Amino acid sequence: MQIFTCPFCGPRPETEFHFGGDLGNARPEGFRAVSDDEWSRYLYHRRNEKGAVREVWMHMTCGELFAMERDSVTMEAAPGHALHGDAP
Amino acid sequence: MTRRYSAFSLLREGLSGQKGWEPAWRSPDPKPRYDVVIIGAGGHGLATAYYLAKNHGITNVAVIEKGWLGGGNTGRNTTVIRSNYFYPESVALYDLALRLYEGLSRDLNYNIMLSQRGMLNLVHFPADMEMAARLTNAMQINGVDAELLDRDQVRAMLPIYNYGPDARYPVAGGVLQPRGGIARHDAVAWGYARAASRAGVDIIQQCEVQDFIIEGGRCRGLHTTKGEIRADRVGMAVAGHSSVMAAKAGFSLPLISYALQACVSEPVKPILDCTVIAPGAATYASQSDKGELVVGGALDRVPSYGQRGNLPVLQGVVAGLIEMFPIFRQLKLMRQWAGIVDVAPDSSPIIGESPLPGLFLNCGWGTGGFKAIPAGGTLLAHLLATGQHHDISRPFDLDRFANGRLIDEAAGSGIAH
Repeated sequence: MQIFTCPFCGPRPETEFHFGGDLGNARPEGFRAVSDDEWSRYLYHRRNEKGAVREVWMHMTCGELFAMERDSVTMEAAPGHALHGDAP
Repeated sequence: MTRRYSAFSLLREGLSGQKGWEPAWRSPDPKPRYDVVIIGAGGHGLATAYYLAKNHGITNVAVIEKGWLGGGNTGRNTTVIRSNYFYPESVALYDLALRLYEGLSRDLNYNIMLSQRGMLNLVHFPADMEMAARLTNAMQINGVDAELLDRDQVRAMLPIYNYGPDARYPVAGGVLQPRGGIARHDAVAWGYARAASRAGVDIIQQCEVQDFIIEGGRCRGLHTTKGEIRADRVGMAVAGHSSVMAAKAGFSLPLISYALQACVSEPVKPILDCTVIAPGAATYASQSDKGELVVGGALDRVPSYGQRGNLPVLQGVVAGLIEMFPIFRQLKLMRQWAGIVDVAPDSSPIIGESPLPGLFLNCGWGTGGFKAIPAGGTLLAHLLATGQHHDISRPFDLDRFANGRLIDEAAGSGIAH
């Protein structure tokens, strides 16, 4: 069992967490002016990097979203930190 | 030298000390230029090379591989073959693979040990029988064999399941695909490698792609650890590392890489003669020819490139197995491992030209790549040879994520990948 650290609840087992995508994947502004390709990149495309990653996670038991930096090969995970709305 | 495998050649080599066998494939140094280069010598890459030669007469082809051939997901899966999907597009794709598998041992002159012992999807509750009937009907309409079984029929077929009054995952019935089954996964890689090599394809192992050669906005070849290899058409079939390759080529993909685990027990006498999945337990199992129970389940839930897997999913799979089959409680697990699979948002593969012209994709198979190898190879070979989609691969183009025509099999057939 891996331990992730929620910035609000502290160290908790991995099964309490849910992956929420890339940090900084902001919803494109402009609604109808946004092209299909741009929507597609926002909705579906992911960086999916090997090595150091910066992601959004949810701690499902407290319901909070937060940012976490991990390594996708070693699986080492730094303690999560609160989002501030200026993610990129 | 003995090239063809047969009872006669076995006898002849047996009498002459086994000295005349030709190596199954050549290991040449790369040439500076090929007509087509394929990245990744797993099942899909090797099958692509084979079908380029067989179907299109293109033999000036190299398959390059970072590690050793068949050492990725081709050697890590649970060897299940089936085409029990919901949408016509998916059935066309996976049943093409199954039909090719049915003739593959003869086609390759290599025994892939295909055993069509049946793929049984259990149904736990009476209300779920309606969805099971829907899947069965869809499969039959799409021309694939499917039978809806009631509880007694399942019980006759699978007597060792837990039918007790306190069973956590009771059985209301099942969906059986009789043509589903298992095959020897390594033999699929080795058979395609041998047949492709004999057709003139160079298989270059221990050769890692460092970068793409991009000239005039087109892919013109690769920089590798064994030097520059040029080709005007490049295919990639690298599964969990597709996003890593795409980043080198300057684009992103709608994929997330996860570890998918499997495990095998110690070998026991024949006890399980079909491949069975219990959706409630999120566990499936079959018994190999060696007698081992081959067991798998769902993805690890943390995106990963570490080929290890984590404990919570393995615990769930093992708990599911002994809930399904209490008789297996005393079995010992011998090995556990993981492969890195690339999962698309609609659980369907991506086949087609990439945003970099000249580079063609075969990725996004998620947890179900092995069963699709002959089709993935046929379709990528068609793209590389003609530059055009085959009718079966067109719906799986990358453009479906922009135009919204997703093929959502997680919703359609309830299959997890």
